[in-house]
Amino acid sequence: MTPAKPPFWNDPKVRAIVFQVLVSAGVIAAGIYLVRNLLHNLDARGISTGFDFLKNRAGFAVNLTLIPYDESSSYGRTFVVGLLNTLLVSGLGIVCATILGFVVGIARLSRNWLVSTLAAAYVETFRNLPLLVQILFWYFAVFLNLPPPSEAIHLGDSVFLTLRGLFLPWPEPKEGFAWTLVAFAVAIVAVIFLVRWARRRQALTGQIFPSFVTSLAILVLLPLAVFFATGRPLELSKPELEGFNFTGGVAVIPELAALLLALSIYTAAFIAEVVRAGILSVSHGQTEAAGALGLSRARTLRLVVIPQAMRVTIPPLTSQYLNLTKNSSLATAIGYPDLVSLFAGTTLNQTGQAVEVMSMTMAVYLVISLVISLFMNWFNARVALVER
Amino acid sequence: MASAAPVTPDLPPPAATTGAIGWLRRNLFDSPLNSALTLLAIYLLYLLVPPFARWAFIDADWSGSRTQDCSRVGACWVFIHAHLNQFFYGFYPAAQQWRVNAALGLLVALMAPLFVKRFPGKPWLALAIIVGYPVIAFFLLLGGRFGLPYVETSNWGGLSLTLVIAVVGMVAALPLGILLALGRRATHMPVLKALCVVFIEIVRGVPLITVLFMSSVMLPFFLPEGLNFDKLLRALIGVVLFASAYMAEVVRGGLQGVPKGQYEAAAALGLGFWKSTLLVTLPQALKIVIPGIVNTFIGLFKDTSLVLIIGLFDLLGTIQAANSDANWLGYSTEGYVFAACVYWVFCFSMSRYSQRLEKRLQTGHKH
Amino acid sequence: MTNAQPAATTPTEPMVGLAGVHKWYESFHVLKDINLAVAKGERIVICGPSGSGKSTMIRCINRLEAHQQGRIVVDGVELTDDLKNIERIRCEVGMVFQHFNLFPHLTVLENCVLAPIWVRKTPRKEAEESAMKYLERVRIPDQAKKYPGQLSGGQQQRVAIARSLCMRPKVMLFDEPTSALDPEMIKEVLDVMVGLADTGMTMLCVTHEMGFAKTVANRVIFMDKGQIVEENEPEAFFNHPQHQRTKLFLSQILNH
Repeated sequence: MTPAKPPFWNDPKVRAIVFQVLVSAGVIAAGIYLVRNLLHNLDARGISTGFDFLKNRAGFAVNLTLIPYDESSSYGRTFVVGLLNTLLVSGLGIVCATILGFVVGIARLSRNWLVSTLAAAYVETFRNLPLLVQILFWYFAVFLNLPPPSEAIHLGDSVFLTLRGLFLPWPEPKEGFAWTLVAFAVAIVAVIFLVRWARRRQALTGQIFPSFVTSLAILVLLPLAVFFATGRPLELSKPELEGFNFTGGVAVIPELAALLLALSIYTAAFIAEVVRAGILSVSHGQTEAAGALGLSRARTLRLVVIPQAMRVTIPPLTSQYLNLTKNSSLATAIGYPDLVSLFAGTTLNQTGQAVEVMSMTMAVYLVISLVISLFMNWFNARVALVER
Repeated sequence: MASAAPVTPDLPPPAATTGAIGWLRRNLFDSPLNSALTLLAIYLLYLLVPPFARWAFIDADWSGSRTQDCSRVGACWVFIHAHLNQFFYGFYPAAQQWRVNAALGLLVALMAPLFVKRFPGKPWLALAIIVGYPVIAFFLLLGGRFGLPYVETSNWGGLSLTLVIAVVGMVAALPLGILLALGRRATHMPVLKALCVVFIEIVRGVPLITVLFMSSVMLPFFLPEGLNFDKLLRALIGVVLFASAYMAEVVRGGLQGVPKGQYEAAAALGLGFWKSTLLVTLPQALKIVIPGIVNTFIGLFKDTSLVLIIGLFDLLGTIQAANSDANWLGYSTEGYVFAACVYWVFCFSMSRYSQRLEKRLQTGHKH
Repeated sequence: MTNAQPAATTPTEPMVGLAGVHKWYESFHVLKDINLAVAKGERIVICGPSGSGKSTMIRCINRLEAHQQGRIVVDGVELTDDLKNIERIRCEVGMVFQHFNLFPHLTVLENCVLAPIWVRKTPRKEAEESAMKYLERVRIPDQAKKYPGQLSGGQQQRVAIARSLCMRPKVMLFDEPTSALDPEMIKEVLDVMVGLADTGMTMLCVTHEMGFAKTVANRVIFMDKGQIVEENEPEAFFNHPQHQRTKLFLSQILNH
């Protein structure tokens, strides 16, 4: 016999449904009200809706474009340029911050008191300074105070640091360079087979092959050998002073340099703490047990400590990468032409299409966040320690 | 075979392993690699510290009032000194600045008992602060009533504006975040849960600057024509929405950390959802995540600097403005160093406090 | 159950020898003039109040702790800062910890074959066969594919013993192996240790399990405040303790 049903005003299921209906109705009603206002206001200002504006001519120049771009390009192209610039500074920033962060994080755990104290000072200093302060400092107080091109600070005769940016030599591939690339691909395949063979050999006979060093040697020496054999088909384009600026080589504009420096230094401080927490999370007993079994320090690290530390380190590490990508939007403050500055800044001001521009911009960041979240969930599920 | 030994007294350890020499050997020079690193570190310090000390202290100019008092050899702290009032009060009229002092003094006085370990009634005090203080501060700073002259928000600026944004942001984000966290955990109401999840994930997935752009540029579009929105209010709305999403995740972590038995015991006593949440689970959840809340506040404090991009003059904004003051050109380095020091002092103290709190709360958790 | 048998001693050199060993932590004198000679096949039980230095002493034997004065010799090799010596000694000395210290990211079988593969350079198949034999010895061959997190405390400690045995050590050190176990699991681990003693393994055990000492030990050593206060055969040790401190300690642990 089923239990009696309560009167509907006391039934929790009914209450839940009623509550949700009310909330949804409220949200929808608010939504309708806001959209009505929005359409009315846009109309009153003569601003059209829709994404047609993306085909219109942008009419302004940008000082860093990874694809061809000029005043006659469309707003759609501006979007792509901004997006590429954001990805550029984020990608470079992630690489630099990771390297610096790991170095500082490991230094923090060093037995050398001086080294670990300096690392701690680094972390405490840069974590507690707002990123915007650091960006403005590097840009206004450092890079804009550099000498003009005619009195550039130089390293040898090919690296120049000036007010207009950092000029570096850039290699230009000539005919026959493709062979070196092919050699590199062949080296990668060779290394994969080598590692597999070494592993099988160890399982069968127990002998350990120095596959790491050998792989490194193959990856470096094979392409190098082909490079020299084809007559060194790479020309270094050096920056040279012409008139008021440098031509040739590659120019790193001060905005990019300042943004990259600030982002890397700031995020590295957080990454250092993440790395430190990861290594400390592996209990000392694990190192002792591995040592008691006769494993060398290096093998202990590789086989016991690092696999366990990685589980704890990767999730917050990817979260820091996400933060760095979002923080790159502060480029607006110094005029680096990233997505927010070019699209949600200049384009929005010129076209007034606030809704479309902002939703496109936010959608980009949401997609990046989503991709990274999915990766993290996949990673966590895959490496979770099996417990009962 | 038996053996028995008399008690041996404690001996001092070998000389080379203790004292200053022992410490140096153990910590700085215990292997060739470490010795090399120590020398490298000392060299690095030698490269950085003396030039900075010379610029900032030895060759610096501390007194005076005009740009001519700066010799330009070292740092010109006269620049900071001359603008100090602006850096703190912004463009708040000088005669009314006592109101800013009063508002801040009131906040400090109200918050001081929260740091005393055995003060009774802390939750009530915190509630009173969250509900009552913003109202008082609002009327005190804005004026227009009770005989206080009206001061436009566009005149607010400097460190006082930074504190206003940070405090208001925090105070409003906490209840909002709690509601969002509760909504996200409402598995029996999927629509509500979905709405909360969507809001939280969208706001956490985009940069703060886009949220600020949206609230300062787009908010007027969503409202009926003619309704003029104060610039500061728009910025505050953006900051509050942003902070509440992060706060929601912090509170959710706390709610997950409350042992399941607590929920069950409250239900067994006959407490409904709201009563058990307010009286049993939420207080415990918040206590668990106090360090997380303080960390969110530190992040919020740093993020207030972004309002300069939308045209408000917080501490960093007033320093930027002073850097472009025609009478004082070329002192941007001093300005940013000063800004860095002020932010650093605030953030470092708060993070130290948070670490101490965390230690104290962890040792108190013996279950 | 075995009767304590006299060990087969090589007249010349002990398996483990400590001579005049002193150790300090900062300025705290934790080991004072330790002199101990353990013959091959001997089973030593070390007991004493907490803080007496007994764990520190056996941890010095495989260099998990470093001594500042005196000599420690294991199987003819002197223990110094020389890394090569340390690694050689660690191959011959196995250790079982109070908190098991199994590698949680590896299965039971992988835990056991890790060191033989990477240190003794044993082929994998051979290492796995040998590991299964030891897992059978400790009576949990069916758990070979499980992860440590899925096992009970007693099972984990038995895996830890098997893991150490896979390196075929000449000496086994036990640092309070049953102190972290629930009471009903202590017996299964002690049974394994008794079985191990039957095979003639040289063992040094720090433990409070006096029943085990009476059954298996050749010598019982009492340490207090960093010194070896008394050592004797179990019969004489428990029934006729010579020192006041030993009497006090025995009365505390045997009467509850």
